[in-house]
Amino acid sequence: MKTESRLEKVLAAGHLAVTSECGPPRGCQPAHLIEKAKYLDGIVDAVNVTDNQTAMVRMSSLAASFIIKQQGLNPLFQVTCRDRNRLAMQADIIGAYSMGIDTMLCLSGDHTKFGDHPMAMNVHDIDSIQMIQMVKDMRDKGIFQGGAEIKGAPKMFIGAAANPFADPFELRVMRLAKKIAAGADFIQTQCIFNVPKFEKWMEGVREKGLHKKCYILAGVTPCKSLGAAKYMANRVPGMDVPKEIVDRMASVPKEKQAEEGVTICVETIEKLKKIEGVSGIHIMAIEWEEKVQEICERAGLLPRPQV
Amino acid sequence: MENFEPVIVAFCCHYCAYTAADMAGSQRLPYPANVKIIRVPCSGKVDALHIVKAFEKGADGVYVAGCLEGDCHFKSGNTRAGRRVAYVKKYLEEIGIESERLEMVTMSAGMGYRFAQTATEITEKIRKLGPSPIKTALAL
Amino acid sequence: MITAERKPLEELIEYIKPFKRILLLGCNECVTVCAAGGRKEVGLLASGLQMAMLKNGSNIDIRQHTLERQCDPEYVEELVPMLDGAEAIMSMACGCGVQQLAMRFKDKPVFPAVNTKFMGASERQGVWAERCQGCGNCLLGMTGGICPIARCAKQLMNGPCGGSTGGHCEISEEVDCAWQLIWDRLKALGQTDMYLENIPAKDWRPGGGSGPRKIIREDLAE
Repeated sequence: MKTESRLEKVLAAGHLAVTSECGPPRGCQPAHLIEKAKYLDGIVDAVNVTDNQTAMVRMSSLAASFIIKQQGLNPLFQVTCRDRNRLAMQADIIGAYSMGIDTMLCLSGDHTKFGDHPMAMNVHDIDSIQMIQMVKDMRDKGIFQGGAEIKGAPKMFIGAAANPFADPFELRVMRLAKKIAAGADFIQTQCIFNVPKFEKWMEGVREKGLHKKCYILAGVTPCKSLGAAKYMANRVPGMDVPKEIVDRMASVPKEKQAEEGVTICVETIEKLKKIEGVSGIHIMAIEWEEKVQEICERAGLLPRPQV
Repeated sequence: MENFEPVIVAFCCHYCAYTAADMAGSQRLPYPANVKIIRVPCSGKVDALHIVKAFEKGADGVYVAGCLEGDCHFKSGNTRAGRRVAYVKKYLEEIGIESERLEMVTMSAGMGYRFAQTATEITEKIRKLGPSPIKTALAL
Repeated sequence: MITAERKPLEELIEYIKPFKRILLLGCNECVTVCAAGGRKEVGLLASGLQMAMLKNGSNIDIRQHTLERQCDPEYVEELVPMLDGAEAIMSMACGCGVQQLAMRFKDKPVFPAVNTKFMGASERQGVWAERCQGCGNCLLGMTGGICPIARCAKQLMNGPCGGSTGGHCEISEEVDCAWQLIWDRLKALGQTDMYLENIPAKDWRPGGGSGPRKIIREDLAE
């Protein structure tokens, strides 16, 4: 075991891990955050706390992670390269670990163009792979990126993202290999709607034995409505929502669409569970945290193991 | 202002519009004397600076007359001229000169009637617009 | 080349309003090539400014001149006899030219007439695109001759983000994904192994991280 992370313990014990996410509020509303987090209590092994997701300003992922931790859940602290340089990142990582946050996810971050501050400078002092390397060196070598010794190194369980659906496809397995070489302990993937394409990517992953070097958590998202499915299909860069999914959402009346979205999600999880090399499921129920329990129940992911 | 006679500069391409002007002359088609023709080897030869200078010197209107689309003697001079005219129109607005005072027109060498008609229409349009603000300012 | 675009006339008029006589200066280098501040653009701007001022009921005497290079003191020196009577200078050169003038002529206000944009190349007639950010430590040798710092919206040094779709960047269909271009090049060159190597965190000091940069060539410097 590299860390004290509960997620690592679950994975190391060979259980199928379950994570979900909780977006911090757009204002000083800790109560709202707590309310959302409560839906996930005892349902998942770790809760991703997004970092100014879609480049919209929100309560910091560090503060929100701490609030969630106080509620007894296990936050998965997300850090993007968009908003912080390496000094700020390392400071926050030390801060996070000092507050008992031991699991994190290293991301490039959505471009500011998509958010409510398109006029802001994108930082990108280092990229996500370099961040992974930095966090690994902080943990394993006890040094800062600049080389100096850290007095009390943060022992982070290091996560990274992978998008099997972005282009160029042939490079996607190689990019995963680079993340693992840099020090990624686990991977959470982009939402999977196109299972055959994900299977193809996993084939490449297994060929290179990458699933043995790092835990892969397959990402899923329940569609709330036909509109949401269409939006993801057409408007979100790097998302692959096949026509069958959109058609299936369209085939049921509006009031039944949410239920259909959950059913599709559950069916997807069932398929993903059978794929060799998948170590866990990451459920991204965006502003729909109350549905995670139902999804987990129906997909046979409950109760969560005690480790 | 009731005696306002606009001064209009027409940059006419040698191969089409200028020949069309000749044709209008030989067919004895009348067109307003307000139009001062400047012959150019191709409408694409007309630079933004030529157009702007014409306004600076007090022209009330300017038009660039090139060959019909696809018929430029130099392949694409007329389409380039069209883009340049659009660009200068924006610049005129920035300066504070109505962009309607500048136009791009096309015609073939045989279109004497079209030449006379265009000259008349543009003269009437500029007459309605009144003197260019630059001419007015120069007069003060 | 260093690319630039003319500022809106309105902003330029605000600068020169207080003056009766100005010198408008072009540059024969980069800004001529990108049609922003060469001899022709000086003529166009002088004419436009003159008309706009005239319309506002004021007169301004604009002398025009274009230097071979505004960023070299030797050429700037040529201006000395021309400055007689000029109350201010407006420069159509890039920011380097403007500052060279400001340093040399300490008693004259110098105004920029263009917005300096980026180091770029011509894609085709009338289209210039960013190619270099002057990071001071070129890594084109590792990236198939295509720069991820200047051409990836996130400056990613180790591959494309999850937003790369059909060869274009997530920010716009008009923008190529730099890493798609790099990957295509590496494949064509049989150098795909180069991609597998992790490029470590960049030292930004040569790229301006340690303050304003300077090059001193001992053999040339006087």
